[in-house]
Amino acid sequence: MSTDDNPYESLADEHGEDHRWAFGTGFVDPLEGIDTSIPAGVDADALAAQCLALGDDALIYSHRLQQWVTRMPELEEETALANIALDLLGQARMLLARAGTIVGRSEDELAFFRAEHEFRNVRFVERLDRDFAELVGRLLIFATWRLALFEQLAGSADPVLAAIAAKGGKELTYHRDYAAQWVVRLGDGTDESKRRMQAGLEVIWPLVDELFAEVDRAEADVVLDTVFATAGLKRPDRAALAPVDRRTGRDGVHTEAMGYVLAELQSVARAHPEATW
Amino acid sequence: MVNTAYDVAASVPDPELPMLTLADLGILRAVDEDGDAVVVTITPTYSGCPAMREMSADLQQRLRTAGYADVTVRTALAPAWSSDWITPEGRRKLAAAGIAPPAATSHRRGPVPLTLQPRRPEVRCPRCGSAGTRETAAFSGTACKSLYRCSSCAEPFELIKTT
Repeated sequence: MSTDDNPYESLADEHGEDHRWAFGTGFVDPLEGIDTSIPAGVDADALAAQCLALGDDALIYSHRLQQWVTRMPELEEETALANIALDLLGQARMLLARAGTIVGRSEDELAFFRAEHEFRNVRFVERLDRDFAELVGRLLIFATWRLALFEQLAGSADPVLAAIAAKGGKELTYHRDYAAQWVVRLGDGTDESKRRMQAGLEVIWPLVDELFAEVDRAEADVVLDTVFATAGLKRPDRAALAPVDRRTGRDGVHTEAMGYVLAELQSVARAHPEATW
Repeated sequence: MVNTAYDVAASVPDPELPMLTLADLGILRAVDEDGDAVVVTITPTYSGCPAMREMSADLQQRLRTAGYADVTVRTALAPAWSSDWITPEGRRKLAAAGIAPPAATSHRRGPVPLTLQPRRPEVRCPRCGSAGTRETAAFSGTACKSLYRCSSCAEPFELIKTT
């Protein structure tokens, strides 16, 4: 068969078997060859903390989305979910690697060998969604919030963070549209789908306030209210989950769900700490 | 050496869309040659693109075979890749392989507009040319594609997402 018949044949040329990506050993540094020096006037510790927090948000949320793969209602939604989780994992890798260049730890060390209180993700991302309605509701709010944050960070004084945010913003726009269309479809669907969509939002809502401590809420509210109005859903009226001794996820205080997600995420790396794959 | 390092790097096929070269896809950003040393700069299509390592290995392999002893592959994140960077030749090759090329991006100012209806760009079926197509899934088998169906010839096909 010539390569004209099957373009995939061209990939079989000139390869040793040692670097096929599905079977290789070790990932490359996602910031390979990028200038990671800290620009003058940028507070390195604050930058590391910011990248760590944003990386942790994406890492934990990506893992929670991955746990839903094989449980989605249709095959098309499986590919959607896996792709969204992969985009977020890519963002997490770059952000943790950026933090790691400052604190002197690798992305794997940061992901797999920190304890719960060392994670700086918001509490919003920790819970495993109970049903598909809750999943798309959480994804809508997460993508809307993170897009607002990334639009702001695309102007960061650190060119590495600015580049990660500019790239990630395009991905989050697509995630937000996907989630918004499902929230409308369920909210404006059957009595049962509407009931479950509203119930999903009610469960998530107490953790929304915490998100907007670091970015203006007005623009995100316009988006969310537009989706809710189109879907015939009510904006939940629920009190925010209180901080614990004035501390929240960004201070390393998490909900009960966090221990479970970390245990699963870290178990293989901790059982085989010297392994590469 | 007959080929320049740029020619060699530009002819490497993309691991997930092998009907395209890295140059066709628009991810080859620079090839700097100095004697038998080459520095190649590539950019990911999506943040989580799992093929970056494979591309790097392919570039190393083919440039070494072409006689370059010292090959370095670097990543550039900015400016972020856009589907607008797929070359006219790349678009032709995609269509010939049954994958619809991406629509042009729209330039905007201000907040990112929300899309509440399924996207309905003018997408022509790459098999029969009909404009009677619809999106069946916003995502597909790789990060850069979505899934469509043609209502004229009834065949499913993939579309490169506009980004």
